[in-house]
Amino acid sequence: MSTSSRPRRRTLADRGIDGVTLLVLPAALFVVLLFVYPFVYGLLLSFAPKEGGWLGNYTKFFSDPYMYGTIWLTLRLALPVTLLNIALSVPVAMQVRHMRRQRLLTTILVLPITLGTVLVAEGLLNYLGPQGWLNRTLILFGLIDRPIRLVHNYWGVFISLVITGFPFTFLLTLSMISGIDPALEQAAATLGARARSRFRHIVLPLIVPGLAVTFCLAFVDAFSVFPSAVMLGAPAGETRVISFAAAQAAFEQYDYSYASAIAMIMAVVQFGFVGLVLAGRGLFYTGPAGGGKG
Amino acid sequence: MESALERLWRTLVWAFVIFFVVNVLAMIATVVINSFGTRWLSSWLPAAFTLRWYASAWKEFQLGDVLLVTFQIAGAVVLLSALIGVPAAYALARRDFPGKPLVIVLFLLPLLVPPITFGIPLATVLYKVGLAGTMWGVIVANLVPTVPFTVILMIPFIEQIDPKVEAAARVFGAGTGRLFIHVLVPLLVPGILAATLLAMVRTVSMFELTFLTAGPSSQTLVVALYYSVFAAGVRAGQSIDAMAVIYMLSTLIWLIVALRFVNPTQIVARVKKAAV
Repeated sequence: MSTSSRPRRRTLADRGIDGVTLLVLPAALFVVLLFVYPFVYGLLLSFAPKEGGWLGNYTKFFSDPYMYGTIWLTLRLALPVTLLNIALSVPVAMQVRHMRRQRLLTTILVLPITLGTVLVAEGLLNYLGPQGWLNRTLILFGLIDRPIRLVHNYWGVFISLVITGFPFTFLLTLSMISGIDPALEQAAATLGARARSRFRHIVLPLIVPGLAVTFCLAFVDAFSVFPSAVMLGAPAGETRVISFAAAQAAFEQYDYSYASAIAMIMAVVQFGFVGLVLAGRGLFYTGPAGGGKG
Repeated sequence: MESALERLWRTLVWAFVIFFVVNVLAMIATVVINSFGTRWLSSWLPAAFTLRWYASAWKEFQLGDVLLVTFQIAGAVVLLSALIGVPAAYALARRDFPGKPLVIVLFLLPLLVPPITFGIPLATVLYKVGLAGTMWGVIVANLVPTVPFTVILMIPFIEQIDPKVEAAARVFGAGTGRLFIHVLVPLLVPGILAATLLAMVRTVSMFELTFLTAGPSSQTLVVALYYSVFAAGVRAGQSIDAMAVIYMLSTLIWLIVALRFVNPTQIVARVKKAAV
């Protein structure tokens, strides 16, 4: 028996499969069982509605303006917030990369990410409220006469998405920009390029592919906004986001088939945007920018 | 050598950074101050300070039970994700095998797809097998992102270890099991600590998955906080904020310890580096 199994072992080992490789199996099986399988199960379940044909859930969703409207309401939040966060991250990262005490700033910025959207929403309810510090300060400086309404509407959710989203995009952008070899910019500076054109012709082309990935991650995150849209927004009206509609279908109507269908629609919109952005990313240079050690 | 315009630009950028940081800190400060205040209606600070909201929050929200559940769940998640994740990371760091890129994508997907998107089908499956609503259901759901997170985070830590050290141990007759216990784990302590602490932070602050799978007796602190804000009006805002402060402390402790081992940028950047 051992003689017959030995040559087989050797060929497997030659292909890189041995005892150590098998250590990957438990984790891989776990992800297949609890991530891939539920996704496929949800997809199939979404085609087996409580009533109607196999497309029943989807026709129900797309014939009800209160439901399909959630796609637009969510996009209206997620797209501007993501673009704003990236537009803010790039100039800030360009300045911060030369800073000596970077760590203090990055530690403060990692706070809102760690605390999570529920806590940020609870904090903003007080802070942005009519008697909150923000409105008080604006009145004190004479910028406004009476408190402006920033909670329980679109802007409350928008601000909460900036507070949790900006640090995320900023930290990604910073790690990307710090990875660019300073010699590239020094060479351009020696040739007489000013900061503006150094950024336009050297840094920007190098970070565009990374920014595309950052955009995808941040957009997908913002598109699935849930707690802050409920706590800080108007979940029955202008911030009725798609994830809230899905959770309602699951936990208020106990229609898991419909809820899965909404989750699948959510995934399609997310992947659609990610695919679009990544297709555009292919047009740019994506090689190493580190220089030396690569 | 700077033009006036460049200086103005730089000032503007820093003004924004300061504005942002001040607002974040002020927002956190409002929660903390409110939790200690007696009445805070139309003034800059509360009329007087008190500790009674903590006592009432502790009683009203059964915080003792909630905290116990939170740390039982987080502890189990951390332990299991290290046990499953570290060996997988070792295999991925040390071996090249056919289909390896596919396996990496498999581990990246749960980190890239937002929890609420896969959480709904996952909760459906967990309800079908009867796990949802129990503590094990919440643990299993939270493992879905933390196992891949541990794998991806540990790969670079393992790659840093010189393979010669392992080769030497093998020459002296150590099998894979003993190699792990006597050589790799001691060398990997900083990496494993970083990964487990960050998995801890993620689990304590993971709202969506816990919200979708928890029953009344398996709620973690963040979900209890959400429900109390959702049903606000019944309870005093100050006791909700007292609970928020306890929640903040329970996440920040782990973050502060974790930051001794990793750089803040790494917390978010690891995933992206693997994705690019």
